[in-house]
Amino acid sequence: MKKVHFIALLLGTLIPSLAQADELNQANTAWILTSTALVLFMTIPGLSLFYGGLVRSKNVLSVLMQCFAITCLVSILWLCGVYSLVFAEGGAFIGDLSSAFKGPESATSMVGDIPESVFFMFQMTFAIISPALIVGGFAERMRFSSMLWFSTGWLVLVYAPVCHWIWGGGWLADMGVMDFAGGIVIHVNAGVAALVAALVLGKRKGFPTTPMPPHNMTMTVTGAGMLWVGWFGFNAGSALAADGSAGMAMLVTHIGSAAGALTWMFIEWKKFGKPSVLGIVTGMVAGLGTITPASGFVGPMGALVIGVTAGTVCFYATQYIKRTLQIDDSLDVFPVHGVGGIVGSLLTGVFAAASLGGVGLAAGVTISDQVMVQAIGITATAAWSGGISYILLKLIDKLIGLRVDEDEENEGLDVVLHEETGYKGI
Amino acid sequence: MKLITAIVKPFKLDDVREALSDIGVSGVTVTEVKGFGRQKGHTELYRGAEYVVDFLPKVKLEIAISEEMVEQAIEAIVSGAKTGKIGDGKIFVSPLEEVVRIRTGETGPDAI
Repeated sequence: MKKVHFIALLLGTLIPSLAQADELNQANTAWILTSTALVLFMTIPGLSLFYGGLVRSKNVLSVLMQCFAITCLVSILWLCGVYSLVFAEGGAFIGDLSSAFKGPESATSMVGDIPESVFFMFQMTFAIISPALIVGGFAERMRFSSMLWFSTGWLVLVYAPVCHWIWGGGWLADMGVMDFAGGIVIHVNAGVAALVAALVLGKRKGFPTTPMPPHNMTMTVTGAGMLWVGWFGFNAGSALAADGSAGMAMLVTHIGSAAGALTWMFIEWKKFGKPSVLGIVTGMVAGLGTITPASGFVGPMGALVIGVTAGTVCFYATQYIKRTLQIDDSLDVFPVHGVGGIVGSLLTGVFAAASLGGVGLAAGVTISDQVMVQAIGITATAAWSGGISYILLKLIDKLIGLRVDEDEENEGLDVVLHEETGYKGI
Repeated sequence: MKLITAIVKPFKLDDVREALSDIGVSGVTVTEVKGFGRQKGHTELYRGAEYVVDFLPKVKLEIAISEEMVEQAIEAIVSGAKTGKIGDGKIFVSPLEEVVRIRTGETGPDAI
């Protein structure tokens, strides 16, 4: 494992001091510039449209607005210190503030063989999509101001440390946790936060008796397609190079996604009688989230198994959370991203093994050793994200209130919070 | 004068419009509506959550017409809208007291 993983680690930790001497590689730089645009494209407009179509028409703008505002907010916070908290030297738990309000050392400073400015931007787009994913957990009922406070707090207190633990040379990196593109850092992290948010905010008024079907499936499928394409930047870009590792990451990402989509579709077909459009695209997202941690480590056949597992496990997780437990995680963020991230991160430890077509585990590390390490990484992240998110939400609720009131919820957040509507009649 | 109100399947609207044009009907108002009759609704399923859709989309046509053309118009609508399956719709005919053409102020049958 260590080879690829170590490169990612080195880039995260020993920069900019040690790597500064590296010569600029223009091919790598060009690919990471491209990947950065692709990953931003995942949030705006990919995820925004995916989520926007899934809510009721009276709340479509509120979701688009949340994703857009988070994009802006996280970008500024990233410059003001979050980048530094993640990637500056610091300690095992968190970076330091040495590059806060500064960002890259200079226009010529390097991370590995790409400019630090490019690395800064690329990583920023990952920080953007994480709180944007959580939106799906509290959609259709959260106050906008509370959402901004929560996203800010979560980015600083949850995302920054967790990302540092794994990609910034923190304690989980030292333990050898393998997370190529964010199965733990992003999907487990955001998925658990979304579940906690859904529980703390409570169900939408009328759930589960009142129908709340997606108001625009066309929008959702459009967004899903953009997510798939953007995910190439997410996973193949995480190689931080335009090389074979990036190529393999792209290949396994694609296979995982296709397998997840088909699996979900066939299960629905068998179980409910019809293959649904929402089913196939949800399976696609599940496949993508699940292959993410494994993307630079496994081979195509490993990806196929991971994708099929994603479609199956995430399907039943969605049924269980929503129908059996009746938790109103509005857009199923936890069962799709959280569960997908957990499954994928565990399976990374299995299919990264050279005997199963992967890049190989570190010398002397067995599959069960690695799976154990992965489990520790997942548990620590889930506990931290869940605990801190809970405290943050309770605190915000106490100070300014989390939810709009019942009348406002009936009216719809678009008019109440933004004095606009998504669709105009006469 | 009569007011014909017809509820038809949305995809039959063009056929109905053509049939009405053929007999010389010069004006129709169309509205997208929803409702239920014997066809009832259907169910939709999103990530395993089933929703019963009670109201199906239909198109409502309103036609103001002179007495002598009523029978012909009804035939035209039926010929255009009929599929023979449940849910083809209905035609209502009601008396119409007055019609005013806004531009000229003409009233009665002249205004149709």
